[in-house]
Amino acid sequence: MSGLFPLACKAVGFRPNGQEVLRGVDLVLGGEGITVVLGPNGAGKSVLLRMLCGLLEPTSGSVQWGSAAGPGREVAMVFQHPMMLRDTVLANVALALKAHAVSGRERRTRGRAMLARIGLEDRAEQSARLLSGGERQRLALGRAWLTRPRLLLLDEPTASLDPSGVEAVERIIREIRTDGTKVVMTTHNLGQATRLADDVVFLAEGLVREHAPVQRFFARPVSPEARLFIKGELPWHVGF
Amino acid sequence: MGGLGAALLEALDRLLRLDAQVVEIVALSLRVSLTAVLLGTLLGLPLGACLAVGRFPGKQAAAVMMTAMMGLPSVVVGVVVYLALSRSGPLGALGLLYSPGAMVVAQVVLVLPLMAAISRQVVEDAWREYAEELQAMRFSWWASVLTLLHDCRHSLLVAVLAGLGRAMSEVGAVMIVGGNIDHATRVMTTAIALETSKGDLPLALALGAVLLTVILVINGLAYALRVWARGRFG
Repeated sequence: MSGLFPLACKAVGFRPNGQEVLRGVDLVLGGEGITVVLGPNGAGKSVLLRMLCGLLEPTSGSVQWGSAAGPGREVAMVFQHPMMLRDTVLANVALALKAHAVSGRERRTRGRAMLARIGLEDRAEQSARLLSGGERQRLALGRAWLTRPRLLLLDEPTASLDPSGVEAVERIIREIRTDGTKVVMTTHNLGQATRLADDVVFLAEGLVREHAPVQRFFARPVSPEARLFIKGELPWHVGF
Repeated sequence: MGGLGAALLEALDRLLRLDAQVVEIVALSLRVSLTAVLLGTLLGLPLGACLAVGRFPGKQAAAVMMTAMMGLPSVVVGVVVYLALSRSGPLGALGLLYSPGAMVVAQVVLVLPLMAAISRQVVEDAWREYAEELQAMRFSWWASVLTLLHDCRHSLLVAVLAGLGRAMSEVGAVMIVGGNIDHATRVMTTAIALETSKGDLPLALALGAVLLTVILVINGLAYALRVWARGRFG
């Protein structure tokens, strides 16, 4: 097991500008499989991912990346709307390797190999900004995967994609898991959670209400909030 | 009107037969201004990007100062550079006063804040969009600066063009530090001012036409490049 794991959140709170987003999250994640973080809008899912990536500091509590001092280069993250530099698809997929001090020639070689894995090899010399939403998301996944992270964080990677785009992204996520990378992702798509997840973390009102294997979570949710969420009834949503 | 018409015809004649005096002045102007803009680009664009990306005490004050310096009066810059380069000044040992080198120094001082301020604005907008991802990829701040400069390269042409426009149209500072010496430090703007005051309108008009043409051609090329880049890279 890598030095990053177990990845532990201990009473993590986040309260920027007086607004409470996380209220004492306790969570321990192992280094295998896919963990899906579920929860209603505003539950703090994206904030939690950013903390696991080291982009945000908890205002209380702590995040511990196993025996490592911090998240470092073994942790990568893909955002809901990934950035695309005004450059070619190849340059974009190989971008993260720049931070790993990889030479230009090797970046191009490994970048082309990655484009073949994610099905974008024929787009290598095109502008990344002209890709469709699904292709951009595949490129962003390839960019993160190329650095061989031990932990990959995905913030709603298939939001606003069509079914074929979702299927292609899910296939890549499975391959990344098979490659030995721990994946933690957020989604609003319960079907996707059942297809991909090994375990589910259910977050509501800034707290972890449930952390369970995926079959048990959907078959026998323990917390009343999770039961209502699965049924589509969200008692904390009053502002429609 | 007749005098003006004759002057225009003579100006055209000088341009068509590539009058040696006109060519010499135009060549020196281009050499001085392009050198100054090149130095301004190498120094000003990274400086602006560092201001956009860096986090340090006094960052806002530095940004305000830089923006304020965009409007530096050129004669004031001329006097300050003159004092610095004069024999008793801190840079007097370089012996640059009344040479094209002094004019380059003065123009760099003029264009640097302008180019850095535009660069800061352009890069800051991109940084807002990219910051999280570059940080997630563990880019150092300097690697982020270089990545953003490369990504904004087409937009930063505006900064280069603004610098070039200011350098080529500048007259006060180069007059003071260059001295407008014939065959040595006479450039288009100082020559136009001098020839007009002497009443030699044909030469002033010919140089004015070249100056306008150079600026138009450079801006046209830059515009075409931006259109191409937008189509190519989105």
